[in-house]
Amino acid sequence: MSTAAAQKSGFFATLWDYLTTVDHKKIALLYLYTGGFFFLVGGLEAMLIRIQLMKPDNEFLAAGLYNEMITMHGTTMIFLAAMPLIFALMNAVVPLQIGARDVAFPFLNSLGFWLFFFGGVMLNVSWFTGGAPDAGWTNYAPLSTTSPGHGVDYYVMGLQISGAGTLIAGINFLVTIVNMRAPGMTYMRMPLFTWSSFVVSALILFAFPALTVGLFLMMFDRMFGSAFFDVGLGGNVIIWEHLFWIFGHPEVYILILPLFGAFSDIFSTFSKKRLFGYSAMVFATVLIGFLGFMVWAHHMFTVGMGPIANSIFAVATMAIAVPTGIKIFNWLFTMWGGQIRMTSAMLWSVAFIPSFTIGGMTGVMLAAAAADYQYHDTYFVVGHFHYVIVGGVVFGIFAGLHYWWPVMFGKILNEKLGKLAFWPFFVGFHLTFFIQHFLGLMGMPRRYWVFLDGQGLNTGNLISTIGAFLMAIGTIIFLINVIYTAYKEPKCGRDPWNGRTLEWAIPSPPPHYNFVQTPLVRGLDPLWVEKMDGKNEMTAAEPLGDIHMPNGSILPFIMSLGLFIAGFGFIYQVDDSAWLIAVFVGMGITLGSMLTRSLKDDLGHHIHKEELERDIKKGVGK
Amino acid sequence: MRGWMGKFRSLFLFGTLALILSGCGQENLSALRPKGYGADLIFDLMMISIAIMIFVFIIVMAIYAFVLIRYRQKKGDEDVVPKQVEGNKTLEIIWTVIPIILLLVLAVPTVQATFDLADQSTQGDDGVLTVEVTGNQYWWHFNYQGEEVSTSQELYIPVGERVYLDMKATDVIHSFWLPSIAGKMDTNPGENINTMYLEAYEEGVYWGHCTELCGPSHSLMDFRVIAVSPEKFEQFKEDLRNIDPEAEPETSTAQEGQDLFNNNCMSCHAIGNAPMGVGPNLSNFANRERIAGILDPTQENLTDWILNPDEYKPGNKMPAVFEGEQFADLTKEEKRDQAEKIAEYLLQLDHSDVGVDAPTQSEN
Repeated sequence: MSTAAAQKSGFFATLWDYLTTVDHKKIALLYLYTGGFFFLVGGLEAMLIRIQLMKPDNEFLAAGLYNEMITMHGTTMIFLAAMPLIFALMNAVVPLQIGARDVAFPFLNSLGFWLFFFGGVMLNVSWFTGGAPDAGWTNYAPLSTTSPGHGVDYYVMGLQISGAGTLIAGINFLVTIVNMRAPGMTYMRMPLFTWSSFVVSALILFAFPALTVGLFLMMFDRMFGSAFFDVGLGGNVIIWEHLFWIFGHPEVYILILPLFGAFSDIFSTFSKKRLFGYSAMVFATVLIGFLGFMVWAHHMFTVGMGPIANSIFAVATMAIAVPTGIKIFNWLFTMWGGQIRMTSAMLWSVAFIPSFTIGGMTGVMLAAAAADYQYHDTYFVVGHFHYVIVGGVVFGIFAGLHYWWPVMFGKILNEKLGKLAFWPFFVGFHLTFFIQHFLGLMGMPRRYWVFLDGQGLNTGNLISTIGAFLMAIGTIIFLINVIYTAYKEPKCGRDPWNGRTLEWAIPSPPPHYNFVQTPLVRGLDPLWVEKMDGKNEMTAAEPLGDIHMPNGSILPFIMSLGLFIAGFGFIYQVDDSAWLIAVFVGMGITLGSMLTRSLKDDLGHHIHKEELERDIKKGVGK
Repeated sequence: MRGWMGKFRSLFLFGTLALILSGCGQENLSALRPKGYGADLIFDLMMISIAIMIFVFIIVMAIYAFVLIRYRQKKGDEDVVPKQVEGNKTLEIIWTVIPIILLLVLAVPTVQATFDLADQSTQGDDGVLTVEVTGNQYWWHFNYQGEEVSTSQELYIPVGERVYLDMKATDVIHSFWLPSIAGKMDTNPGENINTMYLEAYEEGVYWGHCTELCGPSHSLMDFRVIAVSPEKFEQFKEDLRNIDPEAEPETSTAQEGQDLFNNNCMSCHAIGNAPMGVGPNLSNFANRERIAGILDPTQENLTDWILNPDEYKPGNKMPAVFEGEQFADLTKEEKRDQAEKIAEYLLQLDHSDVGVDAPTQSEN
């Protein structure tokens, strides 16, 4: 519907529509496009890294540039690709899965996106203004506080702005899931994807403030002469490591848990079975989220915390393997006795199980503190976390995109191309990262610009680089698939997968008010419950009536733009205090828009009953 | 009988694993070919964890393969609705309890090893050596506590004895990793001093790396540890204590080199026992395995290095001396000529032949 309207009114109308939208479905698309773009940027950086490490003593990239490359690869992939792509799925799906018409705070949803967008752009502007951040994505002090140039300043400001957006999005989803569930949608009837989004939002709420604090300290050290991390003036560099990992470890679970949820929904749908051990799955998700906060120091076994702290964090870390194992077995037994359909979405999900199991196992190995004295900061760790993040998160995003593409675009991604993209990516992934475990144990540390000849590391690195090229091929085929599907594939209509949950009870893509009438939920997998009763649609929980919808607004965009401008002011006022003007102008714009938002009443609009009836006649509502 | 069989089988699995993995990597660099107490202990812990993990992986993969082969939808079955199973208490308890037991099996040796490697009970005892290790961008300094001996880039230790390392950094965080002898430990700037110990089983030259990102030349901050017999180690200390920094070289070019060195390099580099300077201590330079940790020890390489250190180790703090003002009127060839003289002087700083015959495994 929106595309039809857009075609009529031209490019600028569409642009304006997206700049001002507060509709969760369009914000999902914004997250998808931006996250997808940054995924390609991060992937390009990864390819350059692998080309540099193709042979010993290579001089393809200069040493300083290489450090910028690894820093931006990690930062981009975590903050600017994985997070927004997850938010794309959450925005597109969660309100539908709980039978809501939008998120709780549509305006904040838009603000969250634009903050992320401008934070991401700011980080990448650093490439063109004299050098990107170069202290690693972990940005350890004092390497970061003493790094020359403005690269690290961009890291600090960019992440601070986009981090605020993430925090806002997290709070929004918490409130949405608590408050906006349709009648009958109790907590223990929520689909696993909604459950995991709920837990993840709570993790965001508690984890991101630690990053915010760390970044503020770093900002004051670099821009205003404080000395939190300056040992010469009584500061302490280890504090940064703690703050970073108190955020950073939960962040790992923030990335993986929503995809655990997506896999649960996918396994269940394509096995035609309800999820095996639903309550255990929910419990395991919550437990992983909780334990995720108890283990941050396992990133710091070699910092010198002493054997007592190391042992406690080692055992706590091992404990996480238990709920994760429960999940793996529950997925296997969801498929057990089912009718498995091997669609592309299912293919990515099925490939996830062995890949993630390997990543989880090396995780337990790393948890053994004493053994970590060998693994730490080597390619063993690089292998491990890519197994978890690519084998878990990226596979999950691909699976989720295939599965929910109809919800977002009303079409099924071409299945043949989908499988064609999968194979080179899957083979390339294992080729790239499996060998890295051995490279690490054979003496190759992480973040090495060159490795020297004659250390027995040549073959392994070459294999790894070949694998990376296969992954690139897989990604390109996926992109071709997206374009091909947009132009050649027919509309798929409602419920293309024989779905079980509420997002499939309405047309794909959904009308902008989602549900003509709020549905009545009668059990877990509500649509499936109705199907088993011989009906093909939900029972309404309310009579047909006017629907109240929020108005679009340009203010979130302007607020974020203001912070973007102020960010540059903060970075460059160190060189010349004239830049303080940018700080004042930028903050003025932001605060001014906030004032406008507070003082101006915006009561939204109503979609009238007659209009809905017209839609129903046209077949939109069913 | 059963118990014995089980033990035999796990031993067998263990042995095969160890055999396969120990084929990996260079003998004096790989964590998979332990040559010292710490590396050995960690290797055993690794093997326990790998064995447990492979056991779990095989079970998961067996169920996985069975499910995927057996329960694929067949043609004509599109309308079949499988039984909607809610769960199974017994199964769920099994796959909760068994992992807990397996993790306990791993947790006990983990905690033991962690405390074992942090043991400092003999530090400070008579005859127990402690070396103060300092990480700098991008070189290592070793001060042999109470011995009036200090070296840079290459650490000499007696074989078969525990040597404690007290570690810190001057600028940013580095990490000292010696995979074939022990694990690694960070060197932090400030007042945190970390302690670990080395105990080498055999004589040899072992390779170490910096493993905490410390700047552009992070990957070039290599060092060597040379393990020699305790007698030879005594000899080494004696040799280094007796260094005469002013000793006159034999050839005249080397003498000219010494003058140049004294005028241009002495402010950063010491020869003989001295507190840590701005640059590495150059005692016993002629016997270094590598120049600046990475280059083959030839006069040509050393000359190139002196002329333009930044080209070989980007971002390092050694200036290209001959680009300075006092040499502005020299031609390129003359500068090279001067640098060659310094190189010749340095390469005859042969203070101790201890360790030169230690088994090494460089280019092959």
